[in-house]
Amino acid sequence: MGIVSPGFFGRRGSGDTKLPPGQYLTHDFPVLSAGPTPRIDLDRWQFDVTTETGQRKQWSWQEFTSLPAEDITKDIHCVTKWSKLGTRWKGVPVETMLADVETASDYVMAHSYGGYTTNVPLEDLLNGQAWIAYQYDGEPIAPEHGGPARLLVPHLYFWKSAKWVRGLELMLADEQGFWETAGYHDYGDPWREQRYQGD
Amino acid sequence: MARAAVPRRLIGGRLQWRAATLTERRRETDTAATLVFDIPDWPGHAPGQHVDVKLTAEDGYSTERSYSIANSADGDRVELTVQRVHDGEVSPYLLEGLDVGDAIEIRGPIGGWFVWRDTDTDPVVLIGGGSGVVPLMAMVRARRAAGSRTPFRLIYSVRTPEDVIYADELRRRVRDDMGLDIAYAYTREAPPDWPGEVGRLKLATVATHGWPPDLMPACFVCGPTGFVETVADILVAQGHDPRKVKTERFGPTGP
Repeated sequence: MGIVSPGFFGRRGSGDTKLPPGQYLTHDFPVLSAGPTPRIDLDRWQFDVTTETGQRKQWSWQEFTSLPAEDITKDIHCVTKWSKLGTRWKGVPVETMLADVETASDYVMAHSYGGYTTNVPLEDLLNGQAWIAYQYDGEPIAPEHGGPARLLVPHLYFWKSAKWVRGLELMLADEQGFWETAGYHDYGDPWREQRYQGD
Repeated sequence: MARAAVPRRLIGGRLQWRAATLTERRRETDTAATLVFDIPDWPGHAPGQHVDVKLTAEDGYSTERSYSIANSADGDRVELTVQRVHDGEVSPYLLEGLDVGDAIEIRGPIGGWFVWRDTDTDPVVLIGGGSGVVPLMAMVRARRAAGSRTPFRLIYSVRTPEDVIYADELRRRVRDDMGLDIAYAYTREAPPDWPGEVGRLKLATVATHGWPPDLMPACFVCGPTGFVETVADILVAQGHDPRKVKTERFGPTGP
């Protein structure tokens, strides 16, 4: 236990609410991003998966939204300390996007409109752990929250759930994305409080 | 947001929690104060970076928040300007519960993106809403400390004149710091002789008091989410390269 502040009581959640260390509960949906919100025309939106050999799969918005989608209800945890419970999304499982892809890669770089990138191990995107989401709470995802589509990897800090996602690049070796290069953790497990490099 | 544009990364081991002793608390407005901490072996920081603050209760419950650093690098001295969040968990304690001489835990500095380097020579426009001025003030102070001639323009949006943080120092800086211009925008109530309009920041204000896009200025925008969204959209509409617009957002529940 660290330094105790006499007279500080804090605000405890209800007993059943279990949050990762250092997080607090919010009912709002705060926004975190590094620059202006890109506006992407659905007619020009496309999503692609690229392997280490340069093999490429590509979807238009219409093709993408015709894929079988799932309803997802998950807690999300932002590295800036807020957690939001039971958020409801609709999206296509990443393993659907990767079906029939032949690869020896263990890592993925997610690329976004606007230039944002983030790195995630491939195994964290498979087996029902990650989606390309295009609805939040029954509505199209608002641009400031990453619409038209964002990666959703709720078991990692939420910056890994790249907003405005436009593609996944399979990589043989891990490389750092945008926030990771700026000092944030390569993996980002909220339950181990992996906020920054070295955590 | 090309990766090559990221100024630097934090290298080395884990960011350690350090004991930070409050040495002074300066009132800024009715609802904000600057807390001056002494943090032995502080590694230094760049303007725009932030720290994590941890408070621990007697039974071991603890919580963390992020705060922008307000001062330019100055040895073991770290200043945080804290705005009271209505019904907040941490800010009321920092503003009223913590006494001079008390220690809390702080780790940092954090963030390598929303940062100005005194080696950067592009003109700079800083646009702050409310306590979003804090990391921008760190940049103004760092410019002064480095004797930089980089042209700076600060556009500071506040609700009323009484809400201006650093009011005295900003008056002094604009008088003494060559190449620093400051424009205010008032969203609720302006000073009696104010010639401009009262209301939300508009494209005309940003165009008049910022830089034209062809100068390729570095743009830093900090404030509540709605403010940052609006201003960043204005800058892009004005023709600024989105990659030159860096944003930092906060709110009662945000970063």
